[in-house]
Amino acid sequence: MTVRPDPTFYASPALAIQAPPETLAYTLMLSPDASKPDGLAVVDLNPASPSYGKIVHSLFMPYRGDEFHHFGWNACSSALSPMNGHPFRERRYLIIPGIRSSRIYVVDVKGGPTAAKIHKIVEPEEVFAKTGYSRPHTIHCGPDGIYVSTLGGGGKDGAASPPGIFIMDCDTFDIVGRYEIDRGDQDKQYDFWWNLPRDYMVSSEWALPPQFENGIVPADLLSNKYGHKLHFWDLRGRRNVQTIDLGANHQMALEVRPAHDPVKEYGFCGVVVDTTNLEGSIWTWWRDKDGKFRARKTATIPPESADPALLPDLLKGFGAVPPLVTDIDLSLDDKYLYVSCWGTGELRQYDVSDPMAPKLAGSVHIGGIARRTDHPGGRPFRGGPQMIEISRNGRHVYWTNSLYSTWDDQFYPDGVPAAMVKADVGANGELTLDKDFYVEFPEGYRSHQIRLEGGDCSTDSFCYPSAR
Amino acid sequence: MSSWHSTAALWAAVVLSGLYHGANPGMGWPLAVSAALMERRRDALPKAIAALGAGHFLAMLAILLPFSMMTALLIWERPIRLAAGALVIALGSFLLAYRRHPRFLTRVPPHRLAFWSFLVAMAHGAALMLVPIYLGLCAAGAGAGHAAMAELMRANSIQAVLVAALHTFAMVTAGGLAALCVYSWFGLKALSAGWFNLDLAWALSLIVVGGLAIGLAA
Repeated sequence: MTVRPDPTFYASPALAIQAPPETLAYTLMLSPDASKPDGLAVVDLNPASPSYGKIVHSLFMPYRGDEFHHFGWNACSSALSPMNGHPFRERRYLIIPGIRSSRIYVVDVKGGPTAAKIHKIVEPEEVFAKTGYSRPHTIHCGPDGIYVSTLGGGGKDGAASPPGIFIMDCDTFDIVGRYEIDRGDQDKQYDFWWNLPRDYMVSSEWALPPQFENGIVPADLLSNKYGHKLHFWDLRGRRNVQTIDLGANHQMALEVRPAHDPVKEYGFCGVVVDTTNLEGSIWTWWRDKDGKFRARKTATIPPESADPALLPDLLKGFGAVPPLVTDIDLSLDDKYLYVSCWGTGELRQYDVSDPMAPKLAGSVHIGGIARRTDHPGGRPFRGGPQMIEISRNGRHVYWTNSLYSTWDDQFYPDGVPAAMVKADVGANGELTLDKDFYVEFPEGYRSHQIRLEGGDCSTDSFCYPSAR
Repeated sequence: MSSWHSTAALWAAVVLSGLYHGANPGMGWPLAVSAALMERRRDALPKAIAALGAGHFLAMLAILLPFSMMTALLIWERPIRLAAGALVIALGSFLLAYRRHPRFLTRVPPHRLAFWSFLVAMAHGAALMLVPIYLGLCAAGAGAGHAAMAELMRANSIQAVLVAALHTFAMVTAGGLAALCVYSWFGLKALSAGWFNLDLAWALSLIVVGGLAIGLAA
């Protein structure tokens, strides 16, 4: 317990934007064939430092085969929740789940870039026994505990019962138990996020473990069996109050990004692929005055036709590359939504000042199944833009290139060696790739989610509005 | 110390503890800032403070009124005051040793401010902190004569309401002022900059109040 709130807790998004820029990034590294342990890379982001853009410390886990994917902090700006009354935890521990092993690592990063060390390991048996869930995924720090979404439910294949969310104690990191009292129609799970003062939560659906662990199942995709619903919850009541079906052809509703300013009652969700035309899409969801949630498709991204010779077996028959919207991220000022098109190798920037009418404001190409654009610095970039993280001030956008081990192999059979690159955002929003920023990773690893020191655009939830 | 002086000191303690509770962000004034900002209406601030005050007032009554019933048992006056002091010390020591905050407080829906404030005041012993002060006031008032039991109970319940009301008034004033300053002049940055961990001070003040109660009653 501290005497003062952690200086990286911000009451509003506006205060987080004004805070000093981050000097470190934490990036997950995974060994796709489980031949080596997964790890956490600490990347120097201080432009004045001689090791800028390089890994300054790597922490490898004692086990193999965890498959790192997403992760998050033990505490963030949500600690300043006025109902908490006690914001005296440090932003100090990264909670890193393995989505294949169901093991959860708690890594202590206090003490400088090279001091990261394992603080605690929660073994899979504890997750199974206390929650009935498996394959933990997204981490969000709530004022009353750490919320963890899972992709799998009970049974060996994780499909015997629905997956959901569980809560971890924010001091001891023991698992407290399941979140849901009433899950309603929710039977799959992917991402979730909330509006703390408005007291609602939104969750999305990817698929059940048999549909992704050994690779994408084309028959399931073409028969629209992947997730396509958004669930809205009474956050503190722990009940699903409304489910919106985006339509069965809108397969895989992944990242949920609510507006950061809690006074705004809307947010976005990215849909990977429309099975009728291979489009990717952005959806805007919002809450009406009557308290009902609505959702509408507000942007689409078309597939690109390509020479079948360039395509993996999975796509040869289509003669086209779907954009595959696998991640979206919203800048802290709620102005720009960044969209990964992992298939076509494009990172799009939408101006979402009017959330109901996103305008394409910028775009850079890198990687891609057919385009295969190299990094402007001359080095190859396999895969496509995938996990995005935006600096708090909105001036830098970082991303990595791997989606998920077995899916990488299906869409990019030549491999997806780890990469992390950056684009800069100009004063008027212009997006340009930084040709000098290209992080080198150890051989044989892939890279996934990025977290920024002191919070970023997909971890912190704010309890007070930016302006009056 | 004359009876007049000790009565004045006890009433001052009622007011001071109210100011202390009100200024402590843990007792809810940041909720009033949040309400005004979220609703984009300045008058949401006094409304929220009033709801917090109502919850606090009810918590005071819920604890003081049962004690006001017991004060009628004149022969037990000293043991009751000693026991109340011991209870407050026990809670203070518990909070000192066990520095966790009850998770249920963050699970109250945000619109139920009065309920939240009631629970917070109960859970942190804000109401209990007042018991020794209140019992001291009752003892100071009872010195005058041998009033009938029913009369004494009535007088002491009125006293309990007065103590709770004055304490809550002080609490609302301090909390309202803090919220207004952050909302109107200092801005949200002051919220985290001016937030100190009062856990230790809070637990110690419970122990001090309990100790004083025992000292005065013995």
